[in-house]
Amino acid sequence: MSVPILTLLILFPLLAALITALLPRDNMRLIKGWAFVAVAIEFGLSLYMLANFVPNTSQMQFVEFYPWVPQFGISYHVGVDGLSFWLVILTTFLMLIAIPASFSEINVRVKEYFIFFLILESALLGVFVALDLFLFYVFWEFSLIPMALIIGIWGHEQRIYAAVKFILFTMAGSLLMLVAILVLYFATGARSFDLLELQKTIVPANLQPWLFAAFALAFAIKVPMFPVHTWLPDAHVQAPAAGSIILAGVLLKLGAYGFMRYNLTLFPDASQQFAPILVVLAIIGIIYGAMTAAVQKDLKALIAYSSVTHMGFIILGIFVFSQQALSGAILQMVNHGISTGALFLMVGLLYERRHTHLITEFGGLQKVIPVFGFFFLFVMFSSMGLPGLNGFVGEFLVLLGSWETNPAYAAVAAVGVILAAIYLLWAYQRVMQGPVTNEKNKTLPDLNRRELALLVVMAALIVLIGIFPDYLLNPMQASVTQLLHFDAVAGLVK
Amino acid sequence: MSQYLWLIPALPLIGAIINLLVGQRLPRALSSWLAVAFMAAAFGVSVSAVANLFALPPEERVIHETLFQWIGVGSFSVNFAFWLDPLSAVMILVVTGVGTLIHIYAVGYMEHDSDYARFFTQMNLFAFMMLVLVLADNYLFMFLGWEGVGLCSYLLIGFWYNRDNLSVGTDEKFLSPRSSGTKAFVVTRIGDFGFTLGVLLMFWTFGSLAFQDVFPKAQAMFQVGAPVITIMTLLLFLGATGKSAQVPLYVWLPDAMAGPTPVSALIHAATMVTAGVYMVARSHVLYSLAPTTMAVVAVIGVLTAFIAATIALVQNDLKRVLAYSTISQLGYMFFALGVGAYAAGIFHLVTHAFFKALLFMGAGAVMHVMNNLIDMRRLGGLRKIMPITFWTFLIGALALSGFPLFSGFFSKDEILADGFSRGSIVLWAVGVLVALMTAFYIFRGVILTFGGKPRWKEGEIISSGDENAHDEHGARGLHPHEVSAVMWVPLVILAFFSIFSGYIGLPHVLGENWLGNFLEPVFHETPIEISAALEWTLIAVSAIAALIGIFIAFRFYFSDPKIPARLRSYYPGLYSLLANKYWVDQIYEYTIARPGRWLANAFWLDVDGRIINGFADGLGRAFRGLAQRLRLLQGGYARGYALAMLIGIVVVIAIVVMRP
Amino acid sequence: MLTVTHYTILSAILFAIGALTFLIRRNPLIMFMGIELMLNAVNLAFVAFARFLNNMEGQVFVFIVLTVAAAEVAVGLALVVAIFRARDNVDVDEIDALKG
Repeated sequence: MSVPILTLLILFPLLAALITALLPRDNMRLIKGWAFVAVAIEFGLSLYMLANFVPNTSQMQFVEFYPWVPQFGISYHVGVDGLSFWLVILTTFLMLIAIPASFSEINVRVKEYFIFFLILESALLGVFVALDLFLFYVFWEFSLIPMALIIGIWGHEQRIYAAVKFILFTMAGSLLMLVAILVLYFATGARSFDLLELQKTIVPANLQPWLFAAFALAFAIKVPMFPVHTWLPDAHVQAPAAGSIILAGVLLKLGAYGFMRYNLTLFPDASQQFAPILVVLAIIGIIYGAMTAAVQKDLKALIAYSSVTHMGFIILGIFVFSQQALSGAILQMVNHGISTGALFLMVGLLYERRHTHLITEFGGLQKVIPVFGFFFLFVMFSSMGLPGLNGFVGEFLVLLGSWETNPAYAAVAAVGVILAAIYLLWAYQRVMQGPVTNEKNKTLPDLNRRELALLVVMAALIVLIGIFPDYLLNPMQASVTQLLHFDAVAGLVK
Repeated sequence: MSQYLWLIPALPLIGAIINLLVGQRLPRALSSWLAVAFMAAAFGVSVSAVANLFALPPEERVIHETLFQWIGVGSFSVNFAFWLDPLSAVMILVVTGVGTLIHIYAVGYMEHDSDYARFFTQMNLFAFMMLVLVLADNYLFMFLGWEGVGLCSYLLIGFWYNRDNLSVGTDEKFLSPRSSGTKAFVVTRIGDFGFTLGVLLMFWTFGSLAFQDVFPKAQAMFQVGAPVITIMTLLLFLGATGKSAQVPLYVWLPDAMAGPTPVSALIHAATMVTAGVYMVARSHVLYSLAPTTMAVVAVIGVLTAFIAATIALVQNDLKRVLAYSTISQLGYMFFALGVGAYAAGIFHLVTHAFFKALLFMGAGAVMHVMNNLIDMRRLGGLRKIMPITFWTFLIGALALSGFPLFSGFFSKDEILADGFSRGSIVLWAVGVLVALMTAFYIFRGVILTFGGKPRWKEGEIISSGDENAHDEHGARGLHPHEVSAVMWVPLVILAFFSIFSGYIGLPHVLGENWLGNFLEPVFHETPIEISAALEWTLIAVSAIAALIGIFIAFRFYFSDPKIPARLRSYYPGLYSLLANKYWVDQIYEYTIARPGRWLANAFWLDVDGRIINGFADGLGRAFRGLAQRLRLLQGGYARGYALAMLIGIVVVIAIVVMRP
Repeated sequence: MLTVTHYTILSAILFAIGALTFLIRRNPLIMFMGIELMLNAVNLAFVAFARFLNNMEGQVFVFIVLTVAAAEVAVGLALVVAIFRARDNVDVDEIDALKG
């Protein structure tokens, strides 16, 4: 355990970005090749972590602790447990997909593009492993900049509007969180930003609702929950494909992860109080997102709204305080990352071929590009929770846990499962089936070898997680139990 | 005993995977016969497994195999595990047996389609899912198969995804295959919503989803009529109404006829649509504890049987007549289940699988040689041209109508007898009426298709009404002929079973109910106590009903063909009601689909667009407006700023100094 | 006897002259001299108080101020040169590119 694996995970992409900066600007093949090698090495590092992870403990693992600004109780404190473990691996994996996914799409400012992606990877991993609120906040804000630039520089027509909207929505939430972090520092008397220290103190009951609300707003915007979700469709529609993969696959998870890691453990009483509100908002998001998705004209907007639905399931799973639902929520984060990542990847492939996301521009593509059609439908069924594929397990566990808390929650949320079939199959029908109506679509090339390789990997994961979910569920159990313990104690206090 | 039950579903799965990966590169014959071979192998293993089961003493007839844990979180745990008892034994024999025959038939039926590998991939995948459904040892694994067959149904209905409609040679507009597939999946998903909730309630009631835990606990924990069980069974039954096309969710099945005919035979007649029947029979312990649900099941069953039979009376498309007939016969099965005659329901499921698959395949044979023409107004006179098809179809029709000594006669009679003695006389009477209508509409089909003079011309070119058709069928002239052996051999085999499969469940007065005895360890039914005289009477009533129906059909369409038109003009309202299928599709469209779309658009354009984004953008605009005013303070002259700073400093100092 | 008051008054006078120079003159070079004068007025106050209070920190600050002043002049003169090159004129009343 002497290898500082988490620091390596955070620093290596930065180093790789630095090396990218030194590469000759004109040699695009070299830059792309190096970026791929870098994320592959990074993924390898995360596999090292996977191999050395001890599953049956709720203790933080691979912990590193160095004082940073000791006068103010700020330290470089990182570690992973069952909550963050899979999210770290999801991040490195999706980067491994996103980088080669941009090889043919990105041809201007290639160097900067990959530099930003590598910086982004470092920041995202930092958010997941940080155990110090100050450090967490630094990474949290740090992750915003490269993503906004990726949307704003390599995006489509309305990219500036989308990037600014993305920045402003997220900043609006996170500034309140910063205030809350400072209040936490002073009010608890711990005089420390260390999460584990703060968890040991009891936040005064009159402060808890305010602090909870401030944190919750920041996370809810990131997730995004109804009604602060409207930045997401714009950001997705404008972002380049790889940007959407990471945005949907990882960035949204930051919010859900924040709810688990910070709201539930720091403010257990307020969590109990606010849970019904969040659950209702999550369920509204499930239904609302699904219905809105059904009438979208742009494929990317459709998938963006479907993310609102899926993230609603995750928030529902977090705030019903049940072992099954919470495990399901974490699993669903991984599932959503893979399935929605794959959907965005495929819509990106369509965009490369036709330079549009509009559903009406397509039709009958299955005849022209049957292999693409197969994977598209496959991933859609994963996204709508077909048993045997990954999405089902997460959704079912969330529903199972919610039913125990309140059957009405599960009943209404399950309507979202019906709606998922409507918006996805209807979209598939209009894009892939029927006669080929547009001349331009008659000569589209099917998947090339690189694209096929990416999709085969994702499809394989979709099946494997669907059939062997226990492999993912087991390592998180101890941490989930411990997380619920915070809540149980609060329940007794109340 | 070594574990081999998993082989039964695994074999078709392997076939599906092979055809998926390399099928399109294989020669057509190899790809198709590979699929058949894996089905036949699954049938072989099933027979051997059932033989092993049969060797056990009756009360111990269960083979239980656990592969590994699927999901385990906290107290929740489900396994991938198989459960073979007499009920699932019957089901796997039907699925693999009839399935193999339909696969063989499909080799001939799909001989002109270039997408053969995709077709057989999906057929084999369907068999896998269906076998999982009937072999699962718990409700969640069953749900995997349950959704999986729905997936395959979706794929195969929309198999000709780029065609617009299949009403060849007429001006009737049907839903396109792709829309039908989506509709089928979405409508059955509404049922699956109920199934899911039922499963959730079941877990939190019993702490398990495995059959071996749930059923004993249910009997131990609950009295008859316990509300929890009633709710649970109603939710599960909602799932059954979706999958087995019962009121109010039956609307997807007629449109499912847009798929290739072997699909209609396999999925939408013999196997998948009976999943709901199987599931309710499987959960009979729960249903028996919920008399309210049982009444609902029986009423829904009879209601469905009646509604579908009336619609079938006036359909012109032979496949759609058969589709409504399937809905109606499934209604019979639920009627049986609803009165507690589980074995009778399963008996009818078995005979129905044979004769309805036969009828569909006969209709498919007609389509195959008539360039996809299936509208009965354009058919006729095929009796002599396709004798084997005609005779086997006739046998199927006799079995369906409950003609004495054919299989459907025994199974339908058992249902009606059970319905009479355990249910109510009203339901029984409706059941008899439906039997009469059944005999009428199927013989209407037989006569219009095979009898009389041809209403088509040799060499006539039938417009397919769809330039996107896969094959070149539509362009060639009509040259009907008998189908090849690969298609008629399965017909003959099924015809054999359509006659003789009834003899495994003879009524009490005639002999032994072998099937009932075989299933007895599962259902523990108390035999009905009716006198021989009453039993004979009931048999006579249902036989007479069938004969009357057949007679009317001959009168209307053979001896006096003017009657139907006259009736139509006497009762235009009634005819329009039936011809338009009680307007149910339109009612759903206007009460659910359109308001839903309207609401979704309101969410998107108004709530998201106007309110939320309006607020966000408005906030941005407000700040920009403020900034527009504030920027006027910036003169741009360095000395101006300096003066302002100086004044500012003086003011600050003054405040500091003056402070008391 | 010079007391700290004298130094403070001198410092204030120097500061006022510097400030007025900055505000009244239009030549940027002269304006810079005004700024330097203000800075040195402050420096004088620092040194005087450091001596008076026997605390060396004031003198340390003087060094920092001197450094900053040097840097500031370097940047400022560079700006003046740049502006002159761009417009052939360094009259500050003509330079209003930052007008809102």
